[in-house]
Amino acid sequence: MNKKRKNVLPALAQAGPVSVWMILFVTIPMIYIVYISFMSRGVFGDVVYQFSMESYKTLLDATYFKVITKSLKVAVFTTVLCLLVGYPFAYFIARKPRDVASKLITLIMIPFWTNSLMRLNSWLLVFQTSGPVNNFLQATGIVDHPVTFIYTDGLVVLGMITNMLPFAVLPLYSSIEKLDGSLLEASADLGANPVKTFWHVTLPVTFPGIFSSIILVFIPTLGIYTVSDMLGGGKVLYIGNIIKNQFGAIRNWPLGAALSVLLIAITGILIFIYTRFANIEDMEVV
Amino acid sequence: MGEAIVQLIDVDKSYGSNLVVKKMNMEIKEGEFLTLLGPSGCGKTTTLRMIAGFEDATSGIIMVQGERVEDKEPFERDVNTVFQSYALFPHMNVFDNVAYGLMIKKVPKAEIKTRVMEMLEMVQLSGYEKRKPDELSGGQNQRVAIARALVNNPKVLLLDEPLGALDLKLRKSMQIELKRLQKKLGITFVYVTHDQEEALTMSDRIAVMNGGIIDQLAAPMEIYNRPATRFVAGFIGESNIFDGIVKAIDGNTITVEAPQGIMQVTGEGFEVGEEIHVSVRPEAVNYGKEPVAGFDLQAKVLDFIYLGSTVKTTVSMNEGFEAKFTRFEQGLDLKEEDQLYLSWNPDKAVAIKKS
Repeated sequence: MNKKRKNVLPALAQAGPVSVWMILFVTIPMIYIVYISFMSRGVFGDVVYQFSMESYKTLLDATYFKVITKSLKVAVFTTVLCLLVGYPFAYFIARKPRDVASKLITLIMIPFWTNSLMRLNSWLLVFQTSGPVNNFLQATGIVDHPVTFIYTDGLVVLGMITNMLPFAVLPLYSSIEKLDGSLLEASADLGANPVKTFWHVTLPVTFPGIFSSIILVFIPTLGIYTVSDMLGGGKVLYIGNIIKNQFGAIRNWPLGAALSVLLIAITGILIFIYTRFANIEDMEVV
Repeated sequence: MGEAIVQLIDVDKSYGSNLVVKKMNMEIKEGEFLTLLGPSGCGKTTTLRMIAGFEDATSGIIMVQGERVEDKEPFERDVNTVFQSYALFPHMNVFDNVAYGLMIKKVPKAEIKTRVMEMLEMVQLSGYEKRKPDELSGGQNQRVAIARALVNNPKVLLLDEPLGALDLKLRKSMQIELKRLQKKLGITFVYVTHDQEEALTMSDRIAVMNGGIIDQLAAPMEIYNRPATRFVAGFIGESNIFDGIVKAIDGNTITVEAPQGIMQVTGEGFEVGEEIHVSVRPEAVNYGKEPVAGFDLQAKVLDFIYLGSTVKTTVSMNEGFEAKFTRFEQGLDLKEEDQLYLSWNPDKAVAIKKS
């Protein structure tokens, strides 16, 4: 007991600056968001500090429900695709010698250094009606008329995946790289063929990495609005766009706050599950 | 001990231009405890891994139970391995780890349960079924690894330095336990170690390997008493090895001249003028104030090492050669700097051909 108490002060001192930062810039704004989500909207788009459940009632409206389910669907879809593409990719890198692997990891990181708006814009150029993809398809006679790629759900998902893939690959790489090769040998030694070994050993042992990927991809995808704004041309609405619009053009802060609370709740549940299953270590890369 | 259960015929293994196993021929008999012994890099682990199927032989034939296995994958071979690092599945508890091989073979659930429980009892781990490997000690994990391999009733169990990570005391008791387990089950054990004492304690036969070649394959006693090569003489136990030339042969008594002096040894098949190694165990060396007939080995006492029941004396000879002999403490009547003459019963020394 005594021993524990002695450690309290240094621990606080170490955590102090971070705590102050977190309280100032995360906790307080979040409390404020929750607070105004229970307030009402003034006539001129201001926040009237009067208790009201109006915003939450609005959330039950079919339109919002549709947007929320659609956002969840796209986020799930993006996450699954990121995993399906990212896992073999990470496995491939992790089985390379260390110096080669670190170079490949750097290649994955490069997109982070370019502006995301620029990257999204380039997708528009590639897929627009007179863009290279359509030109190619028409030239080879695969299609007669240009295909409409831009401002569709499909392109939004493509944009999401290319944006999020590094977040999927890095934790996967980190946990596959740690996978002890002798475990695979032991599994083979005990009669398991490579498919069974993958299913019974590789996949479960790298599960923490898989879960980290899910968290790192799913949560931002759910809230991101730049991708759908640009590649969806504002025609395709997700929860992120709606929140942005409530705080922006529409000026209904309580409703925006309520939507944010909903988003925080969904991610909170996910993180709770995560902490039960996965090690924080697997979030670290190299 | 019966038929050959594992056979290696002219097996080569190379990594690039580096030949780690050279033209190896070996027969492992059913039910025996065979140890591959040698310094690190001698190819013993590679040999084991070729039998298991983790490494492909560059050339040659490997047979298990009279069937060629070179082209078979590890999961198609009827052998099981105990890994140096244990390689237990970290996400499974003890029961699931041991049950793994049976589960893969789709053995009925009820049978898996009885067999796993039996095996855990045999390795004294009953009651630990629900524990995860990281909740067990090194020794316990070692037992799980052994149980996980043995539960499959393999024809041959391959053990790759399985006790290497354990502390000395635990290692000693596990050695005895493993030996008993092997006798009881009658399974062929192929055991890799660099610890010669471990090899002598446990094995029915020892294959001493050096530079990718088996120098000698024989019972522990023979290995110790009649080493076939200079390397074996030096690697197994402690030995004084003199390099000399055959001076005279009288029946099977060979007189040898070495830089350290004249000595005698018993042996056959040598010719006068041939190069020869003479190996003498420290416990076989005698000393006196005067030279004995057939010997002329001058020495000066350097120091004493107290070993408990015995004392090891180091003496210096010509050309900086240091010889050692051991005596019970009570019988020792020497002090440092004493001048001595060494000798031994020629039958107790081993004549080794120069290879």
